[in-house]
Amino acid sequence: MKPVPLLVVALVPASLALAVAFGSVDLGPAQLADALLGRGDEIAREIVWGVRAPRVLAGFACGGLLALAGALLQVLLRNPLADPTILGVSGGAAAGALAAMLLGVAAAGMNLAALAGASIAAGAVFAFSLGRSGWNPYRVLLTGVALASGFGALVGLMLSLAPSSQVQGMLFWLLGDLSPAGDPRAALAVLAACTALAFSQSAALDVLILGEDKARSLGVAVTRLQSIAFGCATLATVAAVLLGGSIGFVGLVVPHLLRLSGVYRHAALLPLCACLGGSLLALADTLARTVAAPAELPVGVLTAMIGVPVLLVLLARLR
Amino acid sequence: MLQAARLGLSAGGRELVRALDLSLAPGECWSVLGRNGSGKTSLILALAGLRSPQSGAIALDGIALAAHRRAELARRIAVLLQDEETDFQGSVLDYVMLGRYPHSRSAWGRDGEAAAGARRWLAEFDLADRAAQGYRTLSGGERQRARIAQVLVQDADILLLDEPLQHLDLRHQAQVMRTLSRCASGGKTVLAALHEPGHAARHCGFAVLLYDAGRTSLGRSSDMLTQANLEALYQCPLEAAGTGNFLPS
Repeated sequence: MKPVPLLVVALVPASLALAVAFGSVDLGPAQLADALLGRGDEIAREIVWGVRAPRVLAGFACGGLLALAGALLQVLLRNPLADPTILGVSGGAAAGALAAMLLGVAAAGMNLAALAGASIAAGAVFAFSLGRSGWNPYRVLLTGVALASGFGALVGLMLSLAPSSQVQGMLFWLLGDLSPAGDPRAALAVLAACTALAFSQSAALDVLILGEDKARSLGVAVTRLQSIAFGCATLATVAAVLLGGSIGFVGLVVPHLLRLSGVYRHAALLPLCACLGGSLLALADTLARTVAAPAELPVGVLTAMIGVPVLLVLLARLR
Repeated sequence: MLQAARLGLSAGGRELVRALDLSLAPGECWSVLGRNGSGKTSLILALAGLRSPQSGAIALDGIALAAHRRAELARRIAVLLQDEETDFQGSVLDYVMLGRYPHSRSAWGRDGEAAAGARRWLAEFDLADRAAQGYRTLSGGERQRARIAQVLVQDADILLLDEPLQHLDLRHQAQVMRTLSRCASGGKTVLAALHEPGHAARHCGFAVLLYDAGRTSLGRSSDMLTQANLEALYQCPLEAAGTGNFLPS
């Protein structure tokens, strides 16, 4: 195995361990080890297994889903700027979630509203882009961008109408925040399923880089491949957004980080995106929890603060 | 056997090909000649099953092209497209090996046999020492040769090539034409859109001429590639190529 893939895979347990080790409460190494093994102090056990582990795993799932969706959308739309927000799904979810907050609906209802918003956005993008002659990537891009800015306007309206007591919660949602994530098992299952599904199409995605006609002439069922990959990217985005709100930059930056380090075959790129996106978001969320403890920062701010310079440095080095 | 019957093609409201009957048999090497915009590319895309013709039918071994499964078609027909939008980031060898996709079963899309085949074709086109280099670092002509190698690695029995000689220097023009004519002698069917009647006459036994307004004519190169026909085809006066005309041998 080449160094980059090895490093990325090794980062997964390392980042998860770090993320569980640090938090607003300081646990010593011995106490931490005991708690991880299910021994010792009950409070420490509860902090590690009841509070931190679910949160860390939710962050990992969310980051992995976003990076995977970003990688798929960048190939499908043949656009290096594509990221999960481009489908309009995040915008739809945001509008739904904020509307629920404005109406004072409980958390479960908020998730349902976000899901409804995301589904409306995804449905609209699909309806406008899938014609009789197959997918039209341009229309995906244009409808996605149009929907996203439309939802952006709605979100702005709701922010301006909301009572000041609610605005902070709304802003946290919009910036991306993992504190209300809850049980991560469903999201981890979606991550595993999406990664496996995308991986099964990896050779065909490699060929799709040559263009739709060439891919067809090499035997790829292009429309079917695009449907699977768009579906997979949408599912991953919806799951991630429901978990952590609109967390930016992970979906854009992580696939580029890997490609710029020489990982471009989709059979390696897609699983490594899931690993690296997950690890980076788990680490960013650890910072978000600890930097200003006991206060928490929205993790989306940290991913932007870290993601932007890293990508710029890598780009500069390549020139 | 790839056959077109009463084929009609048009693009942008212009009729390019009207009622063309064409049948490409194993062992035959065909050139397609015509002015810019005369329909060479449209003909190749239609024969490859990548565009539906406006009228007429195309059949592979007597079965309509559209009735064949894509994956199966890819093992029978290989196409060199005129241009390719590619951000391919891998090595030249990886690029050429994408041509093995119709034959590969693993998700990784690679196997030892494929690599050996790809290296053979790279060597044939003087690219052996470029195999590990990034595809995007190649020059235009080198890319063109890598693209042709990718088509040949596909190992289909029908090769459709849209301007295979573009960007190539004289040596490599001759090399590619010799390779194509050798493929035909070996039992493959070759059809190439060319801009050099000299190459067509020397290496291809048959020619399709695409005139204006949908008129076409086809037959043996020796009958088709006459000065009168070519002057009418290109609508410009030509000089008989005597000793002053250098063609790579």
